[in-house]
Amino acid sequence: MSPAAAPAPSAPGRPRWLGVYLVAYLVFLYLPIVLIPLFSFNDSVQAAFPLKGFTLDWYRGLAGNAALKAALMTSLGIGVCAAFLATLCGMTIAYAELTLRSRLSRLIAGLARMPILIPGVVVGISLLIAVNLVGLGPSRLAIVLGHVLVALPTTVIIIRGSLAAVPRSLPEAAQDLGASDAIVFRRVMLPLALPAAVSAFMLAFLTSFDEFIVAFFLAGTQPTLPLYIWSQLRFPKSLPTVMALGTAILVSSILIAGAAELLRRRGLRRLPL
Amino acid sequence: MADLGTSGQPQRPGSAFRVALMLPGSVVTLGLILFALGLLAILAFRFNDGSLFGAGFTLGNFRILASEPLYGLVILRSLTIAGLVTAATVVTAYPVAYYLSFHARSRALILFLVTLPFWTSYLLRVFAWKIVLAYNGVLNSGLIAAGIWSEPSTALLNTPAAVVLTLAHAYAPFAILPILVSLDAIPRSLAEAAADLGATPFTVFRRVILPNSMPGVLAGAVVVFVPTVGDYVTPALVGGPSSTMIGSLIQAQFGKAQDWPFGAALALVVMLVILAVILLVRRADHRFGSRL
Repeated sequence: MSPAAAPAPSAPGRPRWLGVYLVAYLVFLYLPIVLIPLFSFNDSVQAAFPLKGFTLDWYRGLAGNAALKAALMTSLGIGVCAAFLATLCGMTIAYAELTLRSRLSRLIAGLARMPILIPGVVVGISLLIAVNLVGLGPSRLAIVLGHVLVALPTTVIIIRGSLAAVPRSLPEAAQDLGASDAIVFRRVMLPLALPAAVSAFMLAFLTSFDEFIVAFFLAGTQPTLPLYIWSQLRFPKSLPTVMALGTAILVSSILIAGAAELLRRRGLRRLPL
Repeated sequence: MADLGTSGQPQRPGSAFRVALMLPGSVVTLGLILFALGLLAILAFRFNDGSLFGAGFTLGNFRILASEPLYGLVILRSLTIAGLVTAATVVTAYPVAYYLSFHARSRALILFLVTLPFWTSYLLRVFAWKIVLAYNGVLNSGLIAAGIWSEPSTALLNTPAAVVLTLAHAYAPFAILPILVSLDAIPRSLAEAAADLGATPFTVFRRVILPNSMPGVLAGAVVVFVPTVGDYVTPALVGGPSSTMIGSLIQAQFGKAQDWPFGAALALVVMLVILAVILLVRRADHRFGSRL
């Protein structure tokens, strides 16, 4: 898919077939995804070859769609709230794990990584039971809670990596100069970990924005964007519209993920190592 | 890893700061994760009386699970599909991780390209396979247009093979990172020493690299296995009725079937299966860990 991934010239001990394999792997990875933008410009309801001609009709159809706009707003709101909470929790959990080193902080840091080991369907129904018992019920807030759990391992791991890379001499110097623990956190560690925190926020937002499996159980009357797409998949006629929408989502996801990666790297580079 | 706050820092930071630091994490992990999973475990042992949280205490849900052959079949199928997906994902990911660790020049770029699909919509990635495999879809129409096939095949979509293929694609990037981390941790001197002692490149790989990277392989296997064994979206979109998985059954209990306690029991079985797999992996991990 990318010319940049072309195999490097065979140096000694650099098997050529590995480079070829890598290209094939990337093609397998991206080919199905590329089909969505391809057919979103195709002038046919069927996603089939040969292509019928270029059109922007499916994109025009997106503009006036009120249900779609409502779903987009719901997803944006949920994504921002969930990403903020997941980043806040990720920052405090990682910082507590590294500095307090108490049994509780380690237990919490372990539990925060646990959602990796729970299938989405189980997260979804467990939270559904919980929010119903508490009286909250399926709602946007319920989805926010679900997405905080799903994104938490990512934010904890990214922010912990950045905090752990800060040389110990920096907080020690601040303390020697009389800074309290809160000041060390606010004036030394937080600024250094800020790029990682922003990167974690963006990836948590993406996780929430694209998340379907958990949201399926926790949605009330207002569907998120993936739930809206899911409801449209039943109608063969809306297939091209889904592909136009999918293209827009893919492009924004790729831009956000790219920006998050750049930020994370810049954050690590900025450290005085 | 350079951890903070050992020697120079006092053991007891200011208590207000400490409380503020512990609060969000405690609420989310203890108050949300453990609370919700605890409720799930309790609900699995209750009668379905139509109320929110069931009634009484019963082992009936598990009795039904054990006595109806359908559930055993679906659980077995879920394990088989997830096992195949895991094996396929790990085996195909390994050479990529190997290349990245030992040979890649533009490593950061390739790593970004490989992990990028992970950040795109899972639903859209599965949907992409539906349009590839459909009766009048991309693959059928493309092969007919190319003159390779004369008529479209129905054998592509709605098969367990379609589920395996789609899931293997959807979770492909998951396995690469853990394998890469373990490959990067292998001291290069080990491979050099083996080569100096006369080992062929293949022997170096088989006797030195592969065993030492097994912790990463096993970790990668777990992170692929967990989401696939409970998946219900892919069977619904590309699997058809012959590919119903345990996740589909759980979803149905919380939807159409309206039997939450039974759905909770099914979910508990999934969690136990995952626990068993993790324990097995731990044991294998210790075996390989001792080689280092």
